[in-house]
Amino acid sequence: MEKRKERIDRGIKARSEDIFALTSYREMLYLLVPRAVPVVGLLAVTPLLSPYWQEIFISTSVYALLAISWDLLLSAGLISLGQSLFYGIGSYVAGALNYYWGWSPLFTIPVATIVGGGLCTLLLLPVLRLRGIYFAMVTLVLPIMLLRLVEATRILGGTEGLTGLTPFPNQFTAIYVIQLAVLAALFGFRRLMNSDYGLIAKGISDNDLSVMSAGINVYWHKAQILFLGAAVGSFAGAFGTHLDMFAGMPGFALDYSIMPLAAAVVGGTGTFAGPLLGAFILVPLSEILRALGALRIVFYGLFLVIFVVALPEGIFHYCQRKYHQFERWVSVK
Amino acid sequence: MSESRPMLEVTGLSKSFGGVMAVSDVHMQLKEGELLGVIGPNGSGKTTLVNLITGFSKPQSGKIVYKGKRITGWPPYRIVTLGIARTFQMVRPFYQLPAYKNLIVPLYSPRVKRLAGGRYGDRDAVALDLLEEVGFERDAYVSYKVASALPQGYLKRLELAKVMALRPDLIILDELFSGLSLAEVASIVPIIEKLRFQGKTIIMIEHRLKELFRIADRVMVLNYGEKIAEGAAEAVMESDAVKKAYLGSETD
Repeated sequence: MEKRKERIDRGIKARSEDIFALTSYREMLYLLVPRAVPVVGLLAVTPLLSPYWQEIFISTSVYALLAISWDLLLSAGLISLGQSLFYGIGSYVAGALNYYWGWSPLFTIPVATIVGGGLCTLLLLPVLRLRGIYFAMVTLVLPIMLLRLVEATRILGGTEGLTGLTPFPNQFTAIYVIQLAVLAALFGFRRLMNSDYGLIAKGISDNDLSVMSAGINVYWHKAQILFLGAAVGSFAGAFGTHLDMFAGMPGFALDYSIMPLAAAVVGGTGTFAGPLLGAFILVPLSEILRALGALRIVFYGLFLVIFVVALPEGIFHYCQRKYHQFERWVSVK
Repeated sequence: MSESRPMLEVTGLSKSFGGVMAVSDVHMQLKEGELLGVIGPNGSGKTTLVNLITGFSKPQSGKIVYKGKRITGWPPYRIVTLGIARTFQMVRPFYQLPAYKNLIVPLYSPRVKRLAGGRYGDRDAVALDLLEEVGFERDAYVSYKVASALPQGYLKRLELAKVMALRPDLIILDELFSGLSLAEVASIVPIIEKLRFQGKTIIMIEHRLKELFRIADRVMVLNYGEKIAEGAAEAVMESDAVKKAYLGSETD
């Protein structure tokens, strides 16, 4: 007898989807707990960690922010292989403002977020008409180009970079700045994508001709999404600059492009929570594996392959399904 | 002024792909409230003509004037904003979205925002009303189904609802009836007649001649990108050029 797996929504899911039915604590907790996990996990747990792990959590949050930005671009059908462009530009803008004019991080970070986002959008505007792999190739090439430009023209400190920038007053400020930004991006973008504005973005990635024939300027809409994604990436760069007290060519490094992508794929795309989860698995994992010395990359790669093969939908989608649905085997004649 | 001037005026429109003339030197005029049928054998340039009028491709020569504005070469979204909306021959829904969410996209457009005076209220409710207008059963689950789960008949209606959501003045229907059963066509025809009653101008591209001739005021025949006949349906089908295009000439 053949058997088939059947998935059925839990009763509590159907009940709590209807706002009028929220009468019991069970249903309220059902909705609240998944949303509280990232908030409590980030804000309450980090201060309890050792300083070494706190630093790792900070850099993980930077990658998480880049991964969330990657996911936002994907939701409008823009595949980015160059998150380091956003990171690098944000880092150089904040670094230059601090190095040449002595602005405090209080001003450099917001300005770098807006200006960096705008600069990246302008740089990518000519290729916004390209779709899929063509757009991706340009995003891959741009940071490499800018890297060589800095090296060849020796502007902005050249290969030395801009050093001795103002640091954050203490570790806790840094922790809370980046983690509040991660939470704001996570919940803000989730809300945005559930609105009608986000629906248009999904429509563009699904079928842009159809959106065009509905009288909507597809390029303008894409440019807005690109600006939001780039601004978040630039924020990460500006933050990283003040954290390391240094802005330089490593800002355009491939790490900042590959890690967010891997985090989004491992965690599950299209949810923003997935990329966050992915970053918080992959970055600490790579730290733990340091004990293995030279074999680190081998095991890291192995883990990546296992994740992708075992849970191709992404860890977050898998957890979400388990949370909302139960499964049973039914026989098929 | 509006009495004498046509709503849409196309002069000397040409477009070629490689060496093939898809549309060559087409002239046409359309009065307000008229229903024009465009027919012709496969590959005669009907869809290309629609793409040119709606801005999805750029003509090599000729001009298109709509309500006194020269719209040649404008991007599609600006043309929609003026009030020209089209359906696609191959339906283009957003397959992952529920049927009624498909209508949120046109309802979000600047044109609808302007017509609604800046505020729209609940777009979902408007979308469900529109779906009912094109024959989605009210209070049935079908409006909430994802588009990929809908049968062809409903997808065509959805396409029509997407156009109606834009509240256009000129509607271009590209083979709306293709792939539908007689019964389904019979259920869509009243919707089109209702649109005409509301004063909409319609261009219909169609292969289903019998159904088209019942509702069209005037018919235009294309062959190899050229207009070979125009006029009342019966007269046009009697002309030698049209017979030759459809049936082939004996000496050929």
